[in-house]
Amino acid sequence: MTKETVFSTRNLTRVFRMGEVEIHALRGVDMDLYAGEFVVLLGASGSGKSTLLNILGGLDAGTSGEVRYRDLDLSRANERRLTEFRRHHVGFVFQFYNLIPSLTARENVAIVTEIARDPMTPEEALALVGLEQRLDHFPAQLSGGEQQRVAIARAIAKRPDVLLCDEPTGALDSKTGIKVLQVLQDINRRLGTTTAVITHNAVIAEMADRTLRLSDGRVSEVIDNPNPVAPDRLHW
Amino acid sequence: MRALTLKLLRNLWQLKGQGAAIATVIAIGVAMYVMSFTSLESLRASQHSVYQNQRFAHVFAHLKRAPESMAERLRDIPGVATLETRVQAPINIQMPDFDEPITGMALSIPDGRQPQLNRLYLRAGQLPEAGRDEQILVSEAFADAHQLQPGDRLAVVVNGRYQRLLISGIALSPEFIYQIRPGEIMPDFARYGIVWLNRNALEAAFNMDGAFNSAVLSLSPGYSAGGVIAALDQLLEPWGGTGAYSRDDQLSHRYLEEELTQLETMALFLPLIFIGVSAFLLNVVAARLIRTQREQIAVLKAFGYSSFTVAAHYCLLVLAIVLVGSVIGVALGAWMASGLATLYQDFFRFPWLEFQLRPAVALTAIVIAGGATLLGTLNAVLRALRLPPAEAMRPEPPARFRKTLIERLGIGWLSQPARIILRNLERQPWKAGFSVLGIALAVAMVMLTSFTRGSVAYMMDVQFRLAQKQDVTVNYIEPAASRTLYELRALPGVTYAESFRSAPAILRYGHREYRGALQGFDPDSRLFSVLDDQLRPIAIPKEGVLLTDHLARMLGIGAGDQLQVNIQEGRRPELMIPVVGLVTEFVGVGAYMHRDTLTRLLGEGDTISGAFLAVDSEYQLELNRRLEQVPRIAGVNLRDNMLEAFNQTMDETILVFTLFSLVMAGAIAFAVVYNNARIAFAERARELASLRVLGFTRRETGWILLGELLLLTLVALPVGFLLGYGLCALLAWGMQTDLYRVPLVITPQTYVLAAGVVLVATLLSAVVIGKSLARLDMVRALKAAD
Ligand SMILES: Nc1ncnc2c1ncn2[C@@H]1O[C@H](COP(=O)(O)OP(=O)(O)O)[C@@H](O)[C@H]1O
Ligand SMILES: [Mg+2]
Repeated sequence: MTKETVFSTRNLTRVFRMGEVEIHALRGVDMDLYAGEFVVLLGASGSGKSTLLNILGGLDAGTSGEVRYRDLDLSRANERRLTEFRRHHVGFVFQFYNLIPSLTARENVAIVTEIARDPMTPEEALALVGLEQRLDHFPAQLSGGEQQRVAIARAIAKRPDVLLCDEPTGALDSKTGIKVLQVLQDINRRLGTTTAVITHNAVIAEMADRTLRLSDGRVSEVIDNPNPVAPDRLHW
Repeated sequence: MRALTLKLLRNLWQLKGQGAAIATVIAIGVAMYVMSFTSLESLRASQHSVYQNQRFAHVFAHLKRAPESMAERLRDIPGVATLETRVQAPINIQMPDFDEPITGMALSIPDGRQPQLNRLYLRAGQLPEAGRDEQILVSEAFADAHQLQPGDRLAVVVNGRYQRLLISGIALSPEFIYQIRPGEIMPDFARYGIVWLNRNALEAAFNMDGAFNSAVLSLSPGYSAGGVIAALDQLLEPWGGTGAYSRDDQLSHRYLEEELTQLETMALFLPLIFIGVSAFLLNVVAARLIRTQREQIAVLKAFGYSSFTVAAHYCLLVLAIVLVGSVIGVALGAWMASGLATLYQDFFRFPWLEFQLRPAVALTAIVIAGGATLLGTLNAVLRALRLPPAEAMRPEPPARFRKTLIERLGIGWLSQPARIILRNLERQPWKAGFSVLGIALAVAMVMLTSFTRGSVAYMMDVQFRLAQKQDVTVNYIEPAASRTLYELRALPGVTYAESFRSAPAILRYGHREYRGALQGFDPDSRLFSVLDDQLRPIAIPKEGVLLTDHLARMLGIGAGDQLQVNIQEGRRPELMIPVVGLVTEFVGVGAYMHRDTLTRLLGEGDTISGAFLAVDSEYQLELNRRLEQVPRIAGVNLRDNMLEAFNQTMDETILVFTLFSLVMAGAIAFAVVYNNARIAFAERARELASLRVLGFTRRETGWILLGELLLLTLVALPVGFLLGYGLCALLAWGMQTDLYRVPLVITPQTYVLAAGVVLVATLLSAVVIGKSLARLDMVRALKAAD
């Protein structure tokens, strides 16, 4: 079976300029993500994981090199195309949740489903992450793990083609972390959503179809995992 | 409900404090604008409608006496549409329980009928009936001052003869909308009245049988006043004409115009300043408000909301605030305008007021204030949108700080919080600069709205302590021999008297002219001084004329030039007199010369037009009574009464206006300072929470925030003083008229008031912010910025 390529980057670089200092976050990344797979991005802090994911999600642009999403050349897409892309194809889970504080859990999801093409209802999405009891709570009334799950519900509610998660378990205890991972795997399996998860926790790689290791702005290793394990079997 | 709308509503609720402050600034800007323009336009519309409906005359002529048969010849002058002759007489009025002298003017109306021109509007009662010579109409202003009603009796002395007359009605005339005694600067309704009698009655009382001494006319379409006036002057010269004049020189009209022009300056200047300042503040505040929303904007964008939707969302948020502010502003403005118009009603005696709030006025105000707010918003939103979402969502990187100038200068003993304050300010000089400018503008506005009081007091002090020291000014009906001064000297209480000669004249230089008088004084005058630009008395030179600096500017003439003078009485000589110097005067304008020289130029003997008296105040009442019995006297001006009337008018009009403006300026000051503090708080919440976590006390963290606020305010004060001085100078300059020029005098009280208002605003803001600081939830503030 030939694997359908969803994302591909060629020689992608990203340089941040801060005054006189240049920070090379990405130094030529070549990688592909295939349809339906569950990929883990591993790497030390500062290795460029978030930068790469942000560029894939259309939240940032590379300094040079190519980024493609299927037929769409993200590196050359204009503002309107990028907005379109983010709206209809990407579900993003931010490292710091970035919930809108003035909206309840339900409304935080609704704000995305309202502009999507074929979304679940916010209630469905929140039920998927086990938050059906917390619909009308404001972010400030939720624990960190619950906020993270609202963020995931918000990302999956539009039934995106790809789900990009930046350290979805970083701030959680292992029990809650595993719950979150189960939700992600479940979505990936049931809806066939291509999923990329950033983590610096190597254990999580065991549940992935593939693991990309980033070090110092480059992909240093790609590991195929023919037998991914279920999240509830992970321990850390 | 759409989640985005919900977010909007909740944000609005969250921002209610700042939103209210912004709405207040908008409301004030809009209200001031609407108030000024609406009251002005209403007065203008009232003037127009009253002139039109009451057929206000175009040309006025006064003469000594001419037989009624002359009227026909006057009517034949081309350009005369309607001409009406009448009798006009100076009178004294006696009121029981009112000891001070009341003078006035009696005018004739056709027996039992409305005049054709300057028709009277009857507020109460009716016209005198034909053949009922004892019936009179009384001007409303005078009637109000003495609570007179139709049916009351009034004791009037005409031509030295006492008569008890019956008030048949209370009237208003387009000729006396501004009812003021000639030679004074403020109306004094209690001591100066206008009455109307049947022509027959007044002819008899004033020895004018079959004659007239005044004529008014309206012009036919297409004719201008100039030609008609020349023809009139020629025809009336043998009958003692004193020079016909057009509306422009008619006393009430001229004062009304001057007041309206001044009001126009105020109406343009103040609200433009207010709305300009509001616009600036709104722009800055809206921009800062949006910047606190940077992260949320990025999140919305990351979900695929288009820039347009996000921008529209925030504009809508601000628009809601603008809307609330505008609605309140228009309503407040209309309310204040009607209040102001009613206030002016006591002052300008219009028979009716045409109150009109033009939608265009309200709309303009809203567009200016709302536009500036939206522009600031849009600007900030677009800037936030231009950032890639990934970048905008990152918690702001630690800002790059340097040691501050003060530290680099080696003053290293600052406490940590003081260092934080200084470094914060130095790192963002623009932001600090805008805050300072905002507060400074508030200071300037308080100054602008309150300086006139001190200036006017100074103006009056110069006028009545340095320039005109006489207690009483006596004006004769016509020039008399100088020995009549001895009679005045002999009156009870008169400690000193000196004479003056005043001849009505048209002063010309080049193509500019001014209708005024040439005034002759004794060179060693003790009661009347002319002052140089340092306010030192100048001796009146033997030859040549001294002009008020403002008059010289109006005529474009300077010292050394020849002033052309057309005397408007007696033989009406045309003279060329060299201008030998300029004098400083804040009230009125004049042309002054040596009395001997003036009488010589007039080609007459030693005559005087009146006298200045110094009076022992104990005898004032008796003197008043005696003066009433001297038939030669047309009017008496008492300095104390003039001052009292002036102060009263100031209190009633300017003060109310000032108070309005002061409250507004104070509110703006508070809104600015509060908003500054509020936003600084939002921007710093994280930092302050961290400090609290690290063990800083509430007081210490509070000091970082409030210390910054206080420091900004202290820096803003001198900047505001400078700005305020400039604005005051501009306003004083714009308000110059030949009636008076408000000198630019800013009293220490004004500075103290301005500083006080802003400091109180700072203190109040500090208290409010202090409360939020106390409630600061450390954990939440660290987790996410709202
Ligand atoms: N907006 C930015 N401005 C400046 N430097 C940045 C920015 N974003 C990331 N960096 C830098 O780029 C490097 C890679 O960052 P990141 O992709 O966030 O790493 P990771 O997610 O792997 O920890 C780091 O050195 C980081 O400091
Ligand atoms: Mg990261």
